[in-house]
Amino acid sequence: MAIEFDAPKPVVNAQFVLKTVAEEMMRPNSRYFDEHEHEIPWDYIEFMHSAMKAMGGNSLAPREPSPSSPPPKDERHRDDGGKRPPIGYQLIVAQMEALSWGDVGLYHCLPGGGLGAAAVHAAGSPEQREKFLARFHGDKPTFAAMCITEAGAGSDNSAIRTRAVLDEKANEWVINGEKIFVTGGDKSFTEYEKLGRGFIVVWASIDPAAGRAGMRAFVVEGGTPGVRAVKLEHKMGIRVSDTAAISLVDARVPFENILGSPIVDQNPTGFKKAMATFDATRPLVAATGVGVARAAFEFLKERLAEREIHIRYGLPRQKLTSIERDVIDMEIMLKSAWLMVIKAVWMADNKKPNALEASMSKVRSGDICTKITQRVVEMLGPLGYSREFLAEKWMRDAKITDIYEGTGQINRLVVARQILGYSGAELR
Amino acid sequence: MYSFDPTEEQQMLIEAVNKYATNDLRPAARNAEESGELPRKIIAKGWDLGLLQASIPEMYGGFGERSAVTGALAVEEMAFGDLAGALAVTTPSLFATPILLMGSEEQKREYLPRIVEGEWSPYTAALIEYAFDFDPNDLKTTAALEDGRYSLNGEKAFVPFAKEAQALLVYANLDGQTQAFIVAKEAEGLSISEEREKLMGVNALPLYRVKLTNVKIPAANRLGGESGCAFEQLLASMQIANAAAAVGVANAAFEYSRDYAKEREAFGVKIAQKQAIAFMLAEMRTEIEAMRLLMWEAAWELDTGREDAVKDAYLASTGAADMAMMVTDRAVQILGGHGYIRDHPVEMWMRNGRGFATFTGLAIV
Repeated sequence: MAIEFDAPKPVVNAQFVLKTVAEEMMRPNSRYFDEHEHEIPWDYIEFMHSAMKAMGGNSLAPREPSPSSPPPKDERHRDDGGKRPPIGYQLIVAQMEALSWGDVGLYHCLPGGGLGAAAVHAAGSPEQREKFLARFHGDKPTFAAMCITEAGAGSDNSAIRTRAVLDEKANEWVINGEKIFVTGGDKSFTEYEKLGRGFIVVWASIDPAAGRAGMRAFVVEGGTPGVRAVKLEHKMGIRVSDTAAISLVDARVPFENILGSPIVDQNPTGFKKAMATFDATRPLVAATGVGVARAAFEFLKERLAEREIHIRYGLPRQKLTSIERDVIDMEIMLKSAWLMVIKAVWMADNKKPNALEASMSKVRSGDICTKITQRVVEMLGPLGYSREFLAEKWMRDAKITDIYEGTGQINRLVVARQILGYSGAELR
Repeated sequence: MYSFDPTEEQQMLIEAVNKYATNDLRPAARNAEESGELPRKIIAKGWDLGLLQASIPEMYGGFGERSAVTGALAVEEMAFGDLAGALAVTTPSLFATPILLMGSEEQKREYLPRIVEGEWSPYTAALIEYAFDFDPNDLKTTAALEDGRYSLNGEKAFVPFAKEAQALLVYANLDGQTQAFIVAKEAEGLSISEEREKLMGVNALPLYRVKLTNVKIPAANRLGGESGCAFEQLLASMQIANAAAAVGVANAAFEYSRDYAKEREAFGVKIAQKQAIAFMLAEMRTEIEAMRLLMWEAAWELDTGREDAVKDAYLASTGAADMAMMVTDRAVQILGGHGYIRDHPVEMWMRNGRGFATFTGLAIV
């Protein structure tokens, strides 16, 4: 191998196509759905579902090639007998970045498995993947969501109180608890006529005395009795994406819906395997942050160009105007953050352990997308602050990047443990 | 395709340079900094790694092909050992690489073999000028064609090994364009300061002021001959080298302060176990990674002849300079009072770290 920065053709193609989608289907709807929170963007969902089907992509959910499901698009288009390295995750981040450039809230409304499917993909058996992931390639748009956070357990997910108890007679898990901040929880669980049956992945303890070692994830099918989406949050940004609270009261789930081993031992591999979900998804969330930041950055440059302000790249710092210096700094942040995302997923595609790179990409993206969007609003003055333009919305949308999927601080902790060779006990 | 793995040959090179940087440059760095002198033995050993030689084709006395990516990997690794040492060892590249890239056939034949076939000898280049608003694309030193010869006028600063240089590549403003001119050491009107530059850092690197008063050189000594050179490509190569060196110094400071934090105890734990320290280290590592990738991309763009290389090399150099300042400053902070004491290298790296805002022109890939 060699050091190369040539975006693979399928990535370039996806970026090209999705730019049009973002411009035609997302941007014109951005403001409306920001101001009509909890309204489901049905036209957009249906359009995206059929568009993805037509493109042969069906969904952005990572999936295993198997006889019953065709291999991902990038693999089918190979002309050299499949010898080229895999680019599945690279394709996904390119799509996520491009769509988040359009509207990151609407991106979250993209039908498909999202984090729920990612958890099944990372921690599930081949049979489970086959069983739970096939639905995303069906006729109706279908959603899945991940339920981890509880009122008393945010970043510290070992504090999760939700319990799963095995009813041996019925061979079912009985789950009780209350989850909050479930992205897409409503669309994944509530049975809407226009949607296929989704699922939520619920994290619960099967042995509270065992701490982390007793934590497991369960696939809970949409509409399961005893489970309800009890509340939709009102948020600062990404308002079109529903954020649900989900209550589980004696919810019964088939035994085989547990992801990982049902046996608790001292070696918490089950938990670690489930946490592997995050190694895979952190660069993806980082990609959405880069998309939002790029939207704001390009908007700023367009406004400046209208006023004949062109950035004089190449000048020494001392000769730059304050505006030029800011723009150049933003461009450095934006480009390098994207390269970190690409490297992290390139490692994932090539089966290299990437916990460090995944978390670093998330740290960086969370930092730069908040900084860039905030700076753009500042630099545009009244135009930035006004709801007539989208800059202020992008600033509100960007902030969540540094919070969900591990706050910037949690990701710093992960990075620090990696570079110091410390366990969670050594660096709390 | 994206790929982030160096080739096998590059990996071997990185390891060889790392060994030299760790075993030779680093242990000599403090003494060299304090005495202002890096032992020639050590420079000679670095020269024998063959970095420049490997970038020059056989027909000109070398044994390889130039690659900005390979050069950047080597510069980073060498600067990880010691910046002043790295700049000293690679000084001849400042003269040879522009000739390789932009020189006329005669210039390549005349200079390249004699530089690369022998021992390390000080061929150098003069780009920087002593002004707060120094701009490589708007030089105050001028070149004018008069009666078939170029006449050079102006003053250059920070010129490595100028005192003993066999020849200098002098950058000057020719009708608004930056061009380069080969000036022999005995040229009339060329005067080199007696005193070395007195700087905040890189004291082991002998840098001089060079004055040019009506220095007349043959027209054939313009780099690239009559058609001249594409300076923006050379500048990009220098900016990439600057960024690579910044990443190397930052990485040295990061690793040193990380290791210190894992040893040093306070309040019954290692200070690395405190989030205040651990988070600083996490951010340092993240910033280093960010700028390394930006620098690699610019180098790859240069190697593959992409237009973006010029802008991206500028961004990489600018960003890496900021990053190196931030990382080296934090390394001193993590060591606390000990960081401020010259027994530890971090204060030296912090002084060097600020230099990358102004060092473009002291290295080239």
